[in-house]
Amino acid sequence: MADQVLDVKGLNCPLPILRAKKALKDMPTGATLEVLATDPGAVKDFEAFCRTTGNELVESKVEGRVYRFVIKHAA
Amino acid sequence: MPNEANAKRMSMIVTKGTLDWAYPPFILATTAAAMGLDVTMFFTFYGLTLLKKKLDLHVSTLGNPAMEMPMFGMHIGMPNIVSAMPGVDAAATAMMKNLIKKKGVASIEELRAMAIEADVKMIACQMTMDLFEYTRDDMIEGPVLGGAATYIETASKSEINLFI
Repeated sequence: MADQVLDVKGLNCPLPILRAKKALKDMPTGATLEVLATDPGAVKDFEAFCRTTGNELVESKVEGRVYRFVIKHAA
Repeated sequence: MPNEANAKRMSMIVTKGTLDWAYPPFILATTAAAMGLDVTMFFTFYGLTLLKKKLDLHVSTLGNPAMEMPMFGMHIGMPNIVSAMPGVDAAATAMMKNLIKKKGVASIEELRAMAIEADVKMIACQMTMDLFEYTRDDMIEGPVLGGAATYIETASKSEINLFI
């Protein structure tokens, strides 16, 4: 289980990334954030976001119409 | 994190103030800031209106042949002769705002507030302020006034420089 869950279903680019960044900012290093999205563009965007910021993308998968990401706060 | 000495930098010149063209600069600025870049936006000419306290943004179909709206199960463009008729731009704007809401796209007001919250630096072009007779009081708090040299100094230190 992730330490915190962020539901951004129905939101479009760039809101899933911006909301995730905002949530991560208040989380301690090593904590995990689970993001639930419906924007298909979020898949590549969360990969790029994590590569650039140094946060770890622990998980990225599709469950039906929902994209599920788990990000470990590193930075 | 923005403002760190080793953070990468991005600057952009924002020249357009219609509802559609307001999106690219604010989307890129907020996202870059979220990814740890130090971002500066220089608002000039029609882009300057995006710093007004009260935003009242519109789209125009005039001279915009690539603008097609999803309607009746297809995509419909607008010939210039129709675009020039009274009420057409207002209708196109209403339709665009409706789509924005329906598709979960952020409003420009929301993105602008997020950019400010993320410490995106904003420069309002002094010359444009004078040219179009705007006062500092017409604009939101935060942006500094500056000119071409102020922008160039920032751009010369940035990895990414965009003109939008």
